[in-house]
Amino acid sequence: MPLSHVAFLILSAVALISGGLVVTRRNPVRAALWLIVALFSVAGIYLLVKAEFLFAVQIILYVGGIMVLFLFVLMLVNVNVSVRQAPFNRQWRVALATALLLLAELAYGFWRGAAPRLKALAPVAAPSHPLGNTQAVGMALYQNYLLPVELVSLLLLVAMVGAVIMAKRRFD
Amino acid sequence: MLQTYGPLLIFAAIAAIFPLATLWAAKFLRPRFTPTGDKTIPYECGIAPESDARGRYTVRYYVVALLFVIFDVETIFLFPWAVQFRALGLFGLVEMLVFLGILAIGYVWLWKRGAFEWV
Amino acid sequence: MPLGPAGCLAFKAVPARNMLSNFFQLGDYIILKPEILLSIFGLAILLLDLFLDDAHKYWNAILALAGLAFAIIQVGLFWEAAMAHPGFLPYAAFDGRFTLDFFAIYLQLVILAATAIVILISVRYLEIEKAHHGEYYALLLLAAVGMMALAAGTDLIVLFIALELMALSEYVLTGFLRRSRRSNEAAVKFLLLGAFSSGLLLYGMSLLYGIAGSTKLSVISARLAERPADDPLSWIAMITLLAGLYFKIAAVPFHQWTPDAYEGAPTSITAFLSVGPKVASFALFLRLMIGCLWPLRQEWQALTIGVAIATLTLGNLAAITQTNVKRFFGYSTISHVGYLLLGVVAVGSGPSGRQGLTAILIYLLVYAFMNLGAFAVVVMLRRKNIIGDEMNDFAGLMSRAPLPAVLMVIFLLSLAGIPPTAGFIGKYYIFLSLIETRHYALAVLGVAYAVVALYYYFRIVALMFMKEAQDTVPLASGPGLRLALAVTLGLTLFIGIYPEPFIALAQQAMRPFFS
Repeated sequence: MPLSHVAFLILSAVALISGGLVVTRRNPVRAALWLIVALFSVAGIYLLVKAEFLFAVQIILYVGGIMVLFLFVLMLVNVNVSVRQAPFNRQWRVALATALLLLAELAYGFWRGAAPRLKALAPVAAPSHPLGNTQAVGMALYQNYLLPVELVSLLLLVAMVGAVIMAKRRFD
Repeated sequence: MLQTYGPLLIFAAIAAIFPLATLWAAKFLRPRFTPTGDKTIPYECGIAPESDARGRYTVRYYVVALLFVIFDVETIFLFPWAVQFRALGLFGLVEMLVFLGILAIGYVWLWKRGAFEWV
Repeated sequence: MPLGPAGCLAFKAVPARNMLSNFFQLGDYIILKPEILLSIFGLAILLLDLFLDDAHKYWNAILALAGLAFAIIQVGLFWEAAMAHPGFLPYAAFDGRFTLDFFAIYLQLVILAATAIVILISVRYLEIEKAHHGEYYALLLLAAVGMMALAAGTDLIVLFIALELMALSEYVLTGFLRRSRRSNEAAVKFLLLGAFSSGLLLYGMSLLYGIAGSTKLSVISARLAERPADDPLSWIAMITLLAGLYFKIAAVPFHQWTPDAYEGAPTSITAFLSVGPKVASFALFLRLMIGCLWPLRQEWQALTIGVAIATLTLGNLAAITQTNVKRFFGYSTISHVGYLLLGVVAVGSGPSGRQGLTAILIYLLVYAFMNLGAFAVVVMLRRKNIIGDEMNDFAGLMSRAPLPAVLMVIFLLSLAGIPPTAGFIGKYYIFLSLIETRHYALAVLGVAYAVVALYYYFRIVALMFMKEAQDTVPLASGPGLRLALAVTLGLTLFIGIYPEPFIALAQQAMRPFFS
């Protein structure tokens, strides 16, 4: 077995186990910390498939930014109270059904993906870039997708204004 | 793969092993007795803590965290541009300046609106 | 503006000389000029507002209107250039990711005009609510930028970012009255459900990208056509896209956010939500379904028939029992979405099928102005210390303020679809397209619900004419409100009496899909 397969198995096992721990922990802060482990191992998988930019995004944005936001929100409510409450509300059945549906869809995709009828129509393999992944993303973002990038700038501005209007106490 | 990320792997391994090894070594070095009294209190710069750390935090942190995430996203956009700075040339620079200019206006607005003030 | 409409052509003819890069030409910049202008005005308002004291906040509104006027002129120039030089349109800018065609121009004009009217009715309202901040106008303009890009986007990424730009501004504007609990609650509900629907839409988009290996709608459409008819991947992509789109246009069973968001939002924003984003979301719906998922037309039309019937039924029946004016208009909007979806059902490739798309475009235009007119009157009911959003606030309006009462009657007649108002033209073309494509049962159903609609719209008329007035406080008014009423009234009557030029415009606008 090549080393990358071993690494994949380890990383995906860690991701699955820590993902399970996220949803079963009673203490939300601990759940959030396990989520960081899960996000890190998924980041490792990104690296294995040579998506280096996604790896960086995963660490800088998800582990660094969004998890901080998560933890802040968790600390806004009283952790000692939430520990005593049941970790699952009534929506778990819906969540389970949705997850099973997604699983069935993915399983079907894998199974049918090998069928010769669809293989002929399968999307062409991702173009192999002479550049590294991040460089290729840079070229795509700032050449092909320059319009959405500038729109994102406006979107971030709206998010900024919105965050202050909605959350700042003394805005008026 | 291994050549590129080998050093990184070693770095991660050392980072993981070092604290574990330190704690393990400390077990043998420290005097053996069960901690009592003040020793069981969490260490907070030498002063006895005033209240439980798991209390509610003020909602004001929330705005700070939100703004942090927004500027974090902005950083992500800088990254692929920076690695291709030469290839993208002057055009890419202008593009990035527009991107940052719009957000700079947002920054001025935040500043003037008092979003960075605590109260 | 040194570069006139002819300039656009010149740049297209000699791209090599004017290339700023391989992916951005001067022509692209010119095509994007309305959006750039609006963004600049929006940003300027954000900064200028910091230096305005409370008495001079109306300058924000004037600046916003100026920005919209410039954008309308620019888009109008595109239309003129296209009429003078056939072949100028469609102009595929940004490597084919942003396409200016008659469809985009038509809807952009509706969106810009609707946003301008919303600004006109906002000034007095915001003063009364003591929430007259520049951010309101800046967010409206930035939402308009998103909506315009939705009308012209031909790339999944452009469309999604534009949608989020519009949606995020909507959420913030819904919660703009920070002291009002209802406004905050509405914003939270709207945000959560809106984010969920965006997620669904994005999932469908990711599947499309997986199928085609490209985010361009034209490429995806070609790849979809190559796949077998019972291909499950395309079906899942279609269903998730439809669910997300039904959310955005508020079709049953994805409508639940509508009445709550409409009730809690500032009334001027309720007016905006019921028109601007609705038009833009329909633009997205048509771009994705007709411009991209055309190979799966039979499947999505079959689903849409069921959704259209459910939407018409729920919208019309729930509107009957409402006591809050804004909730009432929420359900009324849902019923209009039902009629628009009937138009979607009638879209086909033949000449009679094209009629369906023409009908949708006319309906969107007509609906925008009559609904904004009705909302202008509702906004006038908000006075100091009187919230004025209950049905009973209309009581005795005829004796108290005859002119607004009569105007309201005209707008309600138009919403119900009675000739000679514009609303009749909209419904007439929908029914015509249904009959021409042999959807007789749906046409009958649509007419039946039009009768129901007449009943509940006339509840307001009855209140205004038959009941005693509850208070004597004069209605809110101002130059903005008067101008908004004049424009909406003029268009509602003009389109109703002389619809031919507008129908010609709509026919021009639907052509890009069938060339």
